[in-house]
Amino acid sequence: MQAETKITMNAPITLITGTRKGIGQYLVEHYLRAGHQVIGCSRTQPEWHLDNYVHYNVDVADETAVRHMFSDIRRRFKHIDHLINNAGIAAMNHAMLTPISTLKNVLDTNVIGTFLFCREGAKLMQTRRTGRIVNFSTVAVPLSLEGESAYVASKAAVESLTKVLGREFAALGITVNAVGPVPIETDLIRGVPADKIDNLVARQAIHRLGTPQDVANVVDFFLSPASSFITGQILYLGGVS
Amino acid sequence: MKDELVTLILDTLREMGSSGQFTLDGVTAETPLFGKNGLLDSIGLVSLIVAVEQGIEDRYQKAVSLADEKAFSQKKSPFRSIDSLADYAIELINAG
Repeated sequence: MQAETKITMNAPITLITGTRKGIGQYLVEHYLRAGHQVIGCSRTQPEWHLDNYVHYNVDVADETAVRHMFSDIRRRFKHIDHLINNAGIAAMNHAMLTPISTLKNVLDTNVIGTFLFCREGAKLMQTRRTGRIVNFSTVAVPLSLEGESAYVASKAAVESLTKVLGREFAALGITVNAVGPVPIETDLIRGVPADKIDNLVARQAIHRLGTPQDVANVVDFFLSPASSFITGQILYLGGVS
Repeated sequence: MKDELVTLILDTLREMGSSGQFTLDGVTAETPLFGKNGLLDSIGLVSLIVAVEQGIEDRYQKAVSLADEKAFSQKKSPFRSIDSLADYAIELINAG
């Protein structure tokens, strides 16, 4: 894999979670192409290496490990400009067939992971009185998608966090927003029956699967310096509201 | 150690004050940090706590949480003055 990298002294520092594959990996390449210094993490080591990319093997819900990671980032980079909380897991099953262990796993990664990274990320943004945090929700929240109670509840919590933290961090010059993708051809939806995906796509205003480019476009918008007056917002893809 | 902590807090306040939020003129270790006649508003106190935690980690290699439930359950708030915050930080550093 090749990514064109022209990094400068003042390159924005962008931290992305869940970068081993899928949308996270796409966003790493996207922001490296844009000249950012990119930091990423995942539970296991990716099978790729890129210039100007630093990887940490960390479980986003492990508070001690996350604190160590942020200490190391502070030591090496002093601050971060952007945080993209992409790491997430889904679970699809009828509520009556969903073990609590599944619910706890989903809440750990999606809610605790997002909270921990927002908390520690804001600490590395606050000294410069500027920063951008982008969280990941899903159209399954406004659609109240049946069969995904654990996932939808976790992402509803992410939306609430986004709105509250948008207010809490506003005085520090840090914005917090969320993108709500439609299904995208990644591991997250692999294994979901085709008719389920078709039904979901049919409920969108624009009837197609999403692409990583669709997601990157929204993230670009939230990260833009011109978006300093936009916080606590959830932007859904595909015309879902 | 106490002197180091007081200096760390004062340096942090000086850095924060340089953005024009407040002035350190006449500030002593007994100056109220927060509350009635306090130097800082609530977001200022949050910023101070984060910066002091980072300073403690850099200097003593200890990750402390200055604002956990214990701090808020103290009869006398550790955030009432630079002096009391330094004492509380030392307590946490030594306990860790």
